[in-house]
Order: sequence, then structure tokens, then C-alpha cells
Amino acid sequence: MKIVLVGEYRDGKLLGSNNELIAFAEKAGAESVMFLVGSESALPAYSGTLYLADAAQYGEYNPSVHRDLLLQVVEKEQPDMVILSHSSYGWDLAPRLAYAMKAAQVSEVIDWVDTVPVVPVCNAKLRRNVKVTSGKAVLTLQAGAFSPLQEPSGTPSLEKIQTDSQGRVIFEGYEAAEKGGVDLTKSEIIVSAGRGIGKPENVEMIAALAEALRGDYGASRPVVDAEWVEHNRQVGTTGQTVSPKLYVACGISGAIQHLAGMKKSEFVVAVNTDKDAPIGEVADVLVVADLKQFVPALTEKIKAL
Amino acid sequence: MKILVCIKQVPDMESRFKINSEGNWYDSGDLAWRMNEYDEYAVEQAVQLKEQVGDADLTVLCIGPARVKETMKKALAMGCDRGVNIEDDASYQRDPMTIAALIAEFSRDKNFDVIFTGMQSQDRASGQVGTLLAEMLNVPCITTIVDFAYEAGEIRVKRELEGGVKAKVKTTAPALLTCQLGLNTPRYPTLPNIMKAKKKELLSVPVTDLLKEEALQETTSVYFPEKKGGGLVLEGDAGDLADQLIKILKDKTSVLA
Repeated sequence: MKIVLVGEYRDGKLLGSNNELIAFAEKAGAESVMFLVGSESALPAYSGTLYLADAAQYGEYNPSVHRDLLLQVVEKEQPDMVILSHSSYGWDLAPRLAYAMKAAQVSEVIDWVDTVPVVPVCNAKLRRNVKVTSGKAVLTLQAGAFSPLQEPSGTPSLEKIQTDSQGRVIFEGYEAAEKGGVDLTKSEIIVSAGRGIGKPENVEMIAALAEALRGDYGASRPVVDAEWVEHNRQVGTTGQTVSPKLYVACGISGAIQHLAGMKKSEFVVAVNTDKDAPIGEVADVLVVADLKQFVPALTEKIKAL
Repeated sequence: MKILVCIKQVPDMESRFKINSEGNWYDSGDLAWRMNEYDEYAVEQAVQLKEQVGDADLTVLCIGPARVKETMKKALAMGCDRGVNIEDDASYQRDPMTIAALIAEFSRDKNFDVIFTGMQSQDRASGQVGTLLAEMLNVPCITTIVDFAYEAGEIRVKRELEGGVKAKVKTTAPALLTCQLGLNTPRYPTLPNIMKAKKKELLSVPVTDLLKEEALQETTSVYFPEKKGGGLVLEGDAGDLADQLIKILKDKTSVLA
């Protein structure tokens, strides 16, 4: 089997997800080449052929130009599959490529079992096995689903590629993440509020538990979108990726995007009324309780220690 | 201006799911149905655009069995002018390429200026239909928008990237945008608007009129993930639970030391 890995580069930097693409190639036992719109001064550790287009020339966000560059590689290599990360870059580019290739796209692959891609359904409550009937396939990989056994090494042999293609979407610059007073990536203890807290007044209860534990409080995306908690406290792929000693998830069901942001925590406690919530999968302890009763009770007892 | 917003009806994600008898999707019985959360932001943005430009016609489209009309009525009550239901009892089995091709087939001669979709559905979550539709209609597409502005044919948006970073991007209509959570604040339909929505046009188009593409993939099975084990489940009185948890934290972590 032959595959093309689509690397990612943004704002002068190579993104770490490239190693996960290489890990997938290892797991699938596939022969691979890599494609990157990036820079010669930031090459990935990879011992294969790298088709490189210059980001300075082709833009960091220019989907149809990137698609056309990638199609050149597909034309030349005739791969069985093209592999991208399920990221803002990958999920944007993949369908454009799949359409041009008349290939099936399988999104957010979390496992690869005997050539069968496995994907999550209903917020990861269910799994789905997919059979590709189009011959060729485009896959996007869930962040963190495939980890390399060892750090990839080597220097790629470069093949530079070019195109005259012009995009109709014009990139006008990046807007940096909002800077706030809280850097949860450095917190040792985090207590996070999810949609299950019910109303904005209950954020106080979460903050009180965090204070009793001498930690910080965070939140999942719905709570931030509802403006109950400011964005700089959001944990997840679009917020901060944290790795505290203790993570307490209160009323958080465990959407994939949230799990990706906290699953490196050393010890996870989940408080939820739903025993089957996906957060239970990563929790060391799942407390099945109404958090409006349990959280204040816990806070009082910790303060009394 | 002609605006299209594409929506999907999905089960409430807090539901207790069961697998269907074919083993290839969740069982559709005993579920509370609602509008896909991402699509609520798409409908709201479409209605706001219509309100901004004044002279606009806004169609909401939904593929699925008869029950999806209930969800479409919400979109009509939020401010869409008419609904089109592509009637399809088998929509849950169709792959993204087929779904996009159905909408493209319907849209091709309608010349929509702006099309909104959610960035993905909450159940299948492929996140492909909007982008595929744009490719089929040969219009520019920007995905995962969290900010939208329109002026005289020019569309300026912010795309959400990872780690709180956004990309500022522009294009010109006709164009398709896929909407991320937090793009706006979806309105609650008011009672008078719910009443008005009942009189709005709600067309049904049989799927067979539009179905021309063959699927490129199929689902072989849907199942519950294996519980990874290890995790301790505690149940009981809140006070007792707090005592138990404190003991565990003392034994297993250093945070209470």
C-alpha cells in the first residue's frame, strides 16, 4: 500500500501532528511520501521523499492552491490513500481533494484495524467501522489517536513542486489567541465546568472547589460559548491543552475536542449524572452525582482538612 | 440576494443510544430530535444576513424522513422564508458525497449568493458536506467560521484554528461558509414567529428526483466502544462520595499532601 502524508505548517512553524501521520503509516505498514506547503528552513524529521511547496509563495491558507499542489503529487505517486490530520487545515483540505480524486473521505479516524478505519459517532458515544468502496481513500486522523513508537528521525529528500493555480479565498493574517491572566498549561490542579453546571451562577461553585484545592478553574467549550467563563480558561483543541496532576471535570460529557485537551492529565476525576458519558473513558474516578450537591460537599470537606 | 442554509436533524446527544437491528446506525426510536447544534449558528447567520441586506430570500433545506419537518419549522420560525425537505428515509445511510450531490443537484439552477452550513453534524460528524457542496457548485468555501461580515458582495470571516488562533480570510459571493459553535447567538423563536412559520411554504422533494451519484463508502457496523476499564465508578450520597474521593486523592495523588 502506498500513501501520501499531508504535513502541516503554520506561521513559520511545523506542526507536531506530522509525527502522528508517520505513526499511522507505520501502523498501516504502508510505503509513504510526504507533502508539505512549508519552508526549507523547517523540515520535518522524516526519512522519505518530501514534496515541498513554498508557503511564502503559495500562502498559509489557500485551500484550492494547496489542493492543486497536492493533486500533482497524487497524480505522480498514484497512492491508495492520502492521510491528513483532522485539524482546521486537514478537514478543510480533505473534502476538496476527495472530490477531485473521486475518492471516499473518512473523517476523524481513531483506529485502523485490519485495513478498516474506525470513526466516532454521536460525540464518541458510539463507534463506526467504514468500508471504502471507491478504491482510493482520503483519511483525516483524530488528534492523538496515532502516536509514534519512537520520535521520527531522518532528513527527507526534497522534491520541489509549483503551480500557477490561483485561489479565490484570500488570507489576510492571523489573530493571536486572547491573552488572559490564566495559563492553565502550567496549572497543577484544574477543576473544569461543563454544560452540566446548568447556569452561570454555578461557575462560582466550581471556582470555589478549585480554590480549596489551590488550583485553577477551567471550562469546556459550551460554557465559554455561552460566555459564562472567559475564553482564556477553555480546555480543548480550540483552547488550551493541559496536563495537570489532577483534573476534575464537572458536568463535562467529554466531547472529543475536550478530551484531546486534557487527556494527558495525571489523574482525572469526572463528576457526572450520566454513567455512560464519554468522559468516563478517560476518568480514573467517575463520581455519579448531582454536582450541585457533590461539589459544595467536597469543597467543605477539603477546606476542613 | 438568494441565501440557502442547509440543516440536519440529529438526536439529543445526551440520549441513551441503542444500535439498530441492521447494526449499521443508532436506533431511531425513543429519541428526542433537535436541530444539529452547528446548524443553529448557520440559520442565525443566514437570518442576520437577510435582515442586513433587506431584499433577500432565504431557503432552509433539510434531507431526511418526514419527522425532520419539525426541525425545519424551527428554522422557519427563526426567520427563513421557505423550507425544502428532500424526503429520504434512507438518509442516515448515505455518505457525505451523496448528501452533497443531492443538495448540489437541487441548488444548481437556483444561483444562491451565499450558502451556510454547520461545520459538521453532531451524530456522523464527517464535516465534509459543506465543502463538497461548494466544490460541486464551484464556489469558494471557507470552513469553521467564528465571525462573519458581508458588504457589497465581499465576505470577510474569521476561521477558527487550533489553540485559540484565528485566520482572517476574505472572499466574494457566491460563496459557501461552514459555521462553528460560538459564531453568533442563535435566537429563540418567538410565539408570533412560530405561528407565522406555520403558514410558510414547506416543499417536499422526493430523493429519487435528485439522486444521481453512487456512494463511495458504506458503514459496516456501529457499536459501543469497549470500556477501557480501570476507572472506578462511585455512586451514593454526596457526603459519603466526597469522603471516598478525598481518600482516593490522598492515596493516589499528591495534591492533598
